[in-house]
Amino acid sequence: MAVTEVVEKEKTSQETILEVRNLKKYYPIKGGILRRTIGHIKAVDGVSFSVYRGETLGIVGESGSGKSTLGRTILRLEKPTEGQVVFEDKDLTNMRNRELRPIRKDMQIVFQDPYGSLNATMNVQQLLEEPLIVQTNLSKKERQELVDEMLEKVGLRPQDRMKYPHEFSGGQRQRIGIARALILHPKFVVCDEPVSALDVSIQAQVLNLMSDLQDDLHLTYLFISHDLSVVKHFSDRVAVMYLGHIVEIGDKKDIYNNPLHPYTQALLSSVPTVEKGKKREKIVLKGDLPSPANPPSGCPFRTRCPLAHEKCAQVLPELKEKGKDHFVACHLHN
Amino acid sequence: MTKYIIRRLLVFFPMLFALTIIVFTLLKLAPGDPYSQMMDPQIDASVFEEQRKARGLDDPIPVQYFRWLTDAIQGDFGDSFRYKGRTVAELIWDRIPNTLYLGVFSVFITLIVAIPIGIYSARNPYSPLDYAATGFGFFGLAVPNFFFGLAVIYIFAIKLGWFPSQGSISKPGLEGFELLKARLHHLVLPGLTLGLASTASYMRYMRSEVLSVLGSDYIRTARAKGLTERTVLYKHTLRNALIPIITLLGFEIGVLLGGAVITEGVFKYPGIGTLFLESIGNRDYPVIMAITLMLGFFTLLGNLIADILYAIVDPRIRYD
Repeated sequence: MAVTEVVEKEKTSQETILEVRNLKKYYPIKGGILRRTIGHIKAVDGVSFSVYRGETLGIVGESGSGKSTLGRTILRLEKPTEGQVVFEDKDLTNMRNRELRPIRKDMQIVFQDPYGSLNATMNVQQLLEEPLIVQTNLSKKERQELVDEMLEKVGLRPQDRMKYPHEFSGGQRQRIGIARALILHPKFVVCDEPVSALDVSIQAQVLNLMSDLQDDLHLTYLFISHDLSVVKHFSDRVAVMYLGHIVEIGDKKDIYNNPLHPYTQALLSSVPTVEKGKKREKIVLKGDLPSPANPPSGCPFRTRCPLAHEKCAQVLPELKEKGKDHFVACHLHN
Repeated sequence: MTKYIIRRLLVFFPMLFALTIIVFTLLKLAPGDPYSQMMDPQIDASVFEEQRKARGLDDPIPVQYFRWLTDAIQGDFGDSFRYKGRTVAELIWDRIPNTLYLGVFSVFITLIVAIPIGIYSARNPYSPLDYAATGFGFFGLAVPNFFFGLAVIYIFAIKLGWFPSQGSISKPGLEGFELLKARLHHLVLPGLTLGLASTASYMRYMRSEVLSVLGSDYIRTARAKGLTERTVLYKHTLRNALIPIITLLGFEIGVLLGGAVITEGVFKYPGIGTLFLESIGNRDYPVIMAITLMLGFFTLLGNLIADILYAIVDPRIRYD
């Protein structure tokens, strides 16, 4: 393996904050007159990984690869079909809503759409205060202080707190969404494409804000995005998803400099560069993402893989370690 | 907001004015007049001729209209042709309480039935109860009021004898609790009949609104905050889902005071609607005009109230 140089140790400790084991989320497809279940959409199909305290794990993949479903299922906003989610040694998988509620204080989510994710009939004050009301015993005055403090942290003026979401721009609304997620000082935050709905000029601002807040509040991020450049900028480790599976996971440097999975290679070759004279070969994938209702047998990527061979159609490749903390699920590397 | 309300109120008058012109002209263009029914070989036709002249019914339509308008602007809607010696205002005032009872009763039934069922349907879509509610919804919208009215009279009044088939009280001279009981007893069948279609449509509205709100991102946000399902439902879902319903309720105000002409007719319920029907049959022009004007006024008012409520519950809407 090429990756023999000592990888620079990131700021992360190796203490696991979240562990996902063989997680599956299937949605039933109903059909026929009696609306019986006639199949399943396998949005997340057997995913395992760990997230370490203080790091940012980026999840990349194209639309429909199951990234968002993964994020929501981890937070138990969706009920997992199978598998386990262990957060700080607590198994969330089968907890009831009542048991989950106190844990929600520690795990939060920033949604993709800053327009739809804020209740339009509540002003900023109410939006930010509500988590404090249900999760803490703080007095009205203490809550007020926290709201003002949080607004300032995300770069909004406290005097805007009586305004309603529609009175803000997209970037400002996303800051409200971030403030809402962070006001309880969670330990773990799922960021579900937090900047993809924003202008490029605003994306950097919001990303920098999230980065500063991570240092400030010692946050762990699960950063979901389809934008490879954003993930490269933002993550410590990266997992690549395809059709509900993780096909490769590893340190950011390994994934970006030495991608092993053919899909990762194709994905990275599609990122436009501005470097002069640097011509790269673009790997163009044939066809579309197969339907998650009827995934290919064996390796999910084999229908589009330029290097697929017989075995790929028969056996689902497992994630195997190919270098320090660098896992890939491909028969070519076994 | 104040400016907006004033502007809207200013539009009221031209609209009511246009309404009166149209209704008045149509009434006069229809053949016959209040005396055509009273024709009797025993009475000389010249008697009616004189009456017509005295009432001014021989004048050209514009002249009659302006005479009516001049009086109406001063608040004088004239005397009834049919009920001798009674003013139109008296007749209407007599009937308004009954119509109000019926309207309030039916809206009350509509709301307490439609909203919970709509919410249940949205939270358990495609469940057996949802299918039942959907079936009832289509039934309610498809069955004509008068037919349903006759059907319930046949079943509940004639066959089972549970409820009276007509009227608003069983006998005169009742007081206190007895009176209330008699009124409610008489309200059940017409109230259900009147409320059927609106119950069905409110239920469908409620279902689709709640369903779409439950699927929205901010409900996921609310769940991520760790709110109880109750709070998610009442504070986040209903507040948003009820916004369009409030607009519909605005229109109900017109119905509430205008009375349900057909339902009241079927049940011989002594409200504005029955008076309206009778007056049309009798060509009692002053009464018809006054009721039309009242209906138009309350419909417009209901719309305005709905728009104002809309701005109150939905902060995204601002009028200026």
